[in-house]
Amino acid sequence: MGIETEYGVSVPGQPHVNAMMTSTAVVTAHRGVSVGDRGASRWDFDQESPLRDARGYDMSRAEADPSQLTDEEFGLANLILTNGARLYVDHAHPEYSSPEVTNPLDAVCWDRAGQEVMALAGEAATQTGPFPIRLYKNNTDNKGASYGCHENYLMRRSTPFSDIIQHLTTFFVTRQIFTGAGRVGLGQDGRTHGFQLSQRADFFEVEVGLETTLKRPIINTRDEPHADPERYRRLHVIVGDANMSEVATYLKMGTTALVLSLIENGEIGDDLSLADPVREMHAVSHDWTLAHRLQLADGREMSAIEIQRRFADRARAFVGTGDSAAADSQTKDVLDRWDFVLDHLEADPQSLAHLLDWVAKLRLLNGYRRRDNLDWDAARLGLIDLQYSDINPSRGLALRLEAAGRLDRLCEPDRVARAMEHPPEDTRAYFRGECLRRYPQAVAAASWDSVIFDVPGYEALQRVPTLEPVRGTRAHLEALLDASATAADLLEALRGR
Amino acid sequence: MSVQDSSQSRPSARDTESVEVEASTAQQAHRDDIDADVDAILDEIDEVLEANAEDFVKSFVQKGGQ
Repeated sequence: MGIETEYGVSVPGQPHVNAMMTSTAVVTAHRGVSVGDRGASRWDFDQESPLRDARGYDMSRAEADPSQLTDEEFGLANLILTNGARLYVDHAHPEYSSPEVTNPLDAVCWDRAGQEVMALAGEAATQTGPFPIRLYKNNTDNKGASYGCHENYLMRRSTPFSDIIQHLTTFFVTRQIFTGAGRVGLGQDGRTHGFQLSQRADFFEVEVGLETTLKRPIINTRDEPHADPERYRRLHVIVGDANMSEVATYLKMGTTALVLSLIENGEIGDDLSLADPVREMHAVSHDWTLAHRLQLADGREMSAIEIQRRFADRARAFVGTGDSAAADSQTKDVLDRWDFVLDHLEADPQSLAHLLDWVAKLRLLNGYRRRDNLDWDAARLGLIDLQYSDINPSRGLALRLEAAGRLDRLCEPDRVARAMEHPPEDTRAYFRGECLRRYPQAVAAASWDSVIFDVPGYEALQRVPTLEPVRGTRAHLEALLDASATAADLLEALRGR
Repeated sequence: MSVQDSSQSRPSARDTESVEVEASTAQQAHRDDIDADVDAILDEIDEVLEANAEDFVKSFVQKGGQ
């Protein structure tokens, strides 16, 4: 699994500064703040296919909106980091795509590492550039624009996509009650006054589709596995909010992975299809009392908490059978926290202000409303909403809550610091990151499923495919890497295997 | 609570009432504690909030992304 986050980028008081320029300034500033001397490795676009649809056909490039073409270089900054991540400019936002990890806690850790990398790069760009740059881990400017925090999950190709659509839609519509980052303003342009659970919900207009930048679908069908396409699909999830709370990110990744394994194993049970998923997506987000009852396709009515409990109970029963290879202590921890959060959302949501973003944000907003007699249209409440997600530790409100012990952390700062430089050890990200760290001058380009070397003694560039996400790990390769003083030695050794 | 209630149908109304008053006093005290706690947070935040909230929020304009 992995998380890709587009950050909001702005120069205070100057809305017309070119966002591609500021985004590029941030990404290129990274090189100045990083440890070690990496070569400027290019991204390898050979295997990218953003117009492949999981339902089995390709959209033609002529039909596509220009914003859907992500596989061409526009001369924008595009780096691969020694931790296996990609740091680049995407659609006028700086983006960090985490390396592939095998579990939700690592997902949190390398996502947080990306946030720290981005914050340092933002400060460096501010120091050296003409403008002060602000970076926000949020999903809307409250004026009609939205940008994403996408999750990716590796799935078996054999799982029918129709099963995924049928069951996952209801899960996504209702998981907002703990994944929501909170938002002041209703509607895409935020013009209607009020508070809602999710930053993203109002930007979803259809149930299923290929697009990610317009007519956004609850289930995205982009079929670009970045792995052996016969065996795997990469489920590309675009409905989520970018979370400041590590616990919210952990639950988002952990519960979604559990529901996917229920679907893959035919253990999902009851059909909880909704009568009108898009309308319910908005309705759930707009009701922070959590009392709203969703209309199911079969005529039943259930609250989001009740629906989430069904999923949680199925998952617990499934894990309890012991058939699942993932029945480890972290899986049990996800199940326990899932129940804990649902219990408290039912009894007293305010008791979760140290765990969930929307609750933490709402507590601040309600505090200001009470103390200063503010209405929802007050500019100061809009500012609280925005500044909550500022990733600079002295300005960002979530980070200040965290520093004061009012918002829980899951990853030790030491672990995060290590994850900024080093890749996860149990996926192919290890091979990618270690090659960059050990042979920076020899890596000409890389992508999720390849590393390309330019070494003396070879006439052509040498492409090493990494189509199997769980190979290329430390256990597979550390001895080989240790024995290879140069990239040429490594290629020789790989050839001999 | 009406006079009729307390004098006739519910002999222990006075006790109930005082228990209720105590409970609501306790609730109020709890709420005051929470408010004081939140106020302490707000005081800290006041110091770091960006100046000119209205202009600041208005000038935060993004291009759409994915």
